[in-house]
Amino acid sequence: MPKDHGIGASNKRREDIRFLTGTGNYTDDINIHGQAYVYFLRSDVAHGKINSIDTAAAAAMPGVVRIFTGADFEGIGGLPCGWQVTDKHGEPMKEPPHPVLAQGKVRHVGDPIAAVVADSLDQARDAAEAIELDIEELPAVVDMKAAVQEGSALVHDDIGTNLCYDWGFVEENKGAVEEAFSKAAHVTTLELRNNRLVANPMEPRVAVGDFNRASGDSTLYTTSQNPHVIRLLMGAFVLGIPEHKLRVVAPDVGGGFGTKIFHYAEEAFCTFAAKQLNRAVKWTSSRSEAFMSDAHGRDHVTKIQLALDADNNFTALRTETYANMGAYLSTFAPSVPTWLHGTLMAGNYKTPLIYVNVKAVFTNTVPVDAYRGAGRPEATFQLERVIDKAARELGVDPVELRRQNFITEFPYATPVAVEYDTGDYHATMDKLVEIADFAGFEARRKDSEAKGKLRGLGVNCYIEACGIAPSNLVGQLGARAGLYESATVRVNATGGVVVMTGSHSHGQGHETSFPQVISEMIGIPEDQVEIVHGDTARSPMGMGTYGSRSLAVGGSAMVRAAEKIINKAKKIAAHLMEASEGDIELKDGAFSVAGTDKSVAWGEVCLAAYVPHNYPLEDIEPGLEETAFYDPSNFTYPSGAYCCEVEVDPETGKVTIESFAATDDFGNIVNPMIVDGQVHGGIGQGIGQALLENCAYDENGQLLSASYMDYAMPRASDVPFYKVDHSCQTPCTHNPLGVKGCGEAGAIGSPPAVVNAVIDALHSGGHKVEHIDMPVSPSRVWAAMNG
Amino acid sequence: MELKGSRSIAAPREVVYAAMLDPDVLKACVPGCQEMTGNADDGFEAVVVQKVGPVKATFKGKVAIEDPNPPASLKIVGEGKGGAAGFASGGAVVTLTEEGEGTLLEYDVQAKVGGKLAQLGSRIIDGFAKKMADQFFERFQGVVEGPEEGETDPEVAEVAAEKKGWLKRLARG
Repeated sequence: MPKDHGIGASNKRREDIRFLTGTGNYTDDINIHGQAYVYFLRSDVAHGKINSIDTAAAAAMPGVVRIFTGADFEGIGGLPCGWQVTDKHGEPMKEPPHPVLAQGKVRHVGDPIAAVVADSLDQARDAAEAIELDIEELPAVVDMKAAVQEGSALVHDDIGTNLCYDWGFVEENKGAVEEAFSKAAHVTTLELRNNRLVANPMEPRVAVGDFNRASGDSTLYTTSQNPHVIRLLMGAFVLGIPEHKLRVVAPDVGGGFGTKIFHYAEEAFCTFAAKQLNRAVKWTSSRSEAFMSDAHGRDHVTKIQLALDADNNFTALRTETYANMGAYLSTFAPSVPTWLHGTLMAGNYKTPLIYVNVKAVFTNTVPVDAYRGAGRPEATFQLERVIDKAARELGVDPVELRRQNFITEFPYATPVAVEYDTGDYHATMDKLVEIADFAGFEARRKDSEAKGKLRGLGVNCYIEACGIAPSNLVGQLGARAGLYESATVRVNATGGVVVMTGSHSHGQGHETSFPQVISEMIGIPEDQVEIVHGDTARSPMGMGTYGSRSLAVGGSAMVRAAEKIINKAKKIAAHLMEASEGDIELKDGAFSVAGTDKSVAWGEVCLAAYVPHNYPLEDIEPGLEETAFYDPSNFTYPSGAYCCEVEVDPETGKVTIESFAATDDFGNIVNPMIVDGQVHGGIGQGIGQALLENCAYDENGQLLSASYMDYAMPRASDVPFYKVDHSCQTPCTHNPLGVKGCGEAGAIGSPPAVVNAVIDALHSGGHKVEHIDMPVSPSRVWAAMNG
Repeated sequence: MELKGSRSIAAPREVVYAAMLDPDVLKACVPGCQEMTGNADDGFEAVVVQKVGPVKATFKGKVAIEDPNPPASLKIVGEGKGGAAGFASGGAVVTLTEEGEGTLLEYDVQAKVGGKLAQLGSRIIDGFAKKMADQFFERFQGVVEGPEEGETDPEVAEVAAEKKGWLKRLARG
């Protein structure tokens, strides 16, 4: 029987009550008395030289408080990059400045040029129209391969190139990989593009800057996945405000998907302007602004080659990728195509030799950074597509080819620098074969054919490295931050528990799942446990939520703090019962002395800690509050196998998803229902990437897809009911909960399954199509079918 | 974006050519034109109100004549800024060839749009541009050939009537 509380129970999400009844407290719900509004005048050319900005007429418009331009930010820091990649020659990446407001040049459509602060948003917008701009349009850098050719226009003149870095991984293996290719019995080559995406969280970005003239403190309310990181980056690198004078609050946040990790210009601007003007300043992004100012995702152009021996064993793999950085380096952009991508190229397979080359390129487009999966979807897509192509070329079953090359012994050190702790790839594949009903596929295909449709089945596996990350390791790899997590567990006098976590919840359900862990450990009901997050004034320094890390890292910190609490509470209980501390057991919310019927309730011990009349004051302090910081010793490695069945209408090229099955090994699971939901959402976004979504620029760098008329988000009718299973569990060996993380898996594992299924469908109809780039739209499918 | 087309106009090349440089003619012919000032040598300044899909804006622009080769060809280049709506810029090479008593006018337009126009209107911009060109040359034909019986566009009728004498003089000249 399923559990009804604690670890393993499918508790309904407590936060949904406020989210679904319109009582959430989002950043845009925060209004400060007397606040002004800012409207950003943004570039409508992709690349241009700013000859002049005349704000005189605009500044005289009604309600205008002040107009800021790049000149107001001279001498103030630019937006910092949090990760430095070292190129294959040992040189640091090119790191051009990223001003808060454009200085000298505009570098992408949407680059903020001026900020108009006024009493109302309408007044600010009207005044922005009156700003006289003289911008001389320059040739735009759009195509990545052309951008690195001699003579290309330069996004950043000072660095003399559009190449941010040329990364080789592992450079020392390059020769051995070449040699393996020269000896291969078969080589499969695939060239593809991983389409540029826009994250499109339901809540657009918002920032409210406030300044307290009495204390001199600044406060920023912002839509962030990691308020402490924003406080550190903005305080230390942009505005020069020490942490004790700067508070960052990220209240309810309506989805992030990576795009709300980064420190953005608008946050720094509102905090800066509030102090300058002695008045709160608010910015709320419109959806159009979001398309041209939220960091985009993906946008890789890749050539991948797989070498096999005569027995179809993978012997080597090499890939060459051009990764779009956009016009500036967003906070973690350099890490995405490198350490979050190259280290995943082994996948689930024991390929002994791998070489990954990545050229990161500046273009006159919106900056590109992490988006759900971040590097791992790009790695998985190319690997699982090239394996499918190899199977077809060799005339072998794609599932059997994968199985034959599976890693089966753990721990397993890959040739790309990571060590998988646990996994059972045959088990997830076995489960997939069962729940996706492979046996019934041929009958379903016949049914489809009888309706004039082509049916295809696509399979892929995935591995991800998440639970990000061991600080000492990422430090060596170029991270300019530690990636631990923190938690303070505060037990109140009457026994209630407050957990102040550095993890941020913006849809992941922490407020429900974290109390389940505490409930399991102490034996008190979940409703006695409150989760506090998203406020630097209330939680200890934390690194926030991304990379499927909250439970694996933040949850582990909470467990460590709760263990300290329990150890101290046992001392108090021992004192109260006049027993030896070593004999005290905690079960179901009560401390008992082993082998006796003596017990004291949890609440009595808590009360004693705060009313220490009868208390071992000579040994321990009063109170019951503990903090722990947890730094993982390794990444976690969730894995899985996904299957998609599609129908293709040969008349129109339209693809419909008929079924989608996912088997994931997430290790131990705290709330199965939330895990299901995370996988559902991830697959939905993966199907969106595979079939619908595409961020398009024209050759002049004009953004063409900047509304939902042109950027196709998946809708309910585009996705099937999913079959999701996570019964295959190989617990993580190095965190106290044995959990692996589930937030990104769906988006990582689903795009190749969809495309593999479409290609399979086309082959069943006699169309020898080897690849179609995502999104696999009706026009692309039809064009591929009709040569 | 590229757009090519042609139109037969029942007037001599010289008349057609001169009309293309007349700000009053242009104002009457450019759809949505509110103001048109200037001349062929120094360039024209125009204010045009247009709605492209969901984007309605007032475009303020400059138009210049390049490579004038009367009466055989000219190039019209221009750019218009629509504030928050973005911008449009482009050029049209117009070639005039004798066609019996009249003139065959051929045009080859290259245009680009930016900002919100590109973001929201790129799917419909080709159709929009074709409609604009059709309207322009239809009105232009009306003005140059003189008002038809029952001309429905009052602005065209007015300008055509006003210009009639002038155009006739030019034609005789």
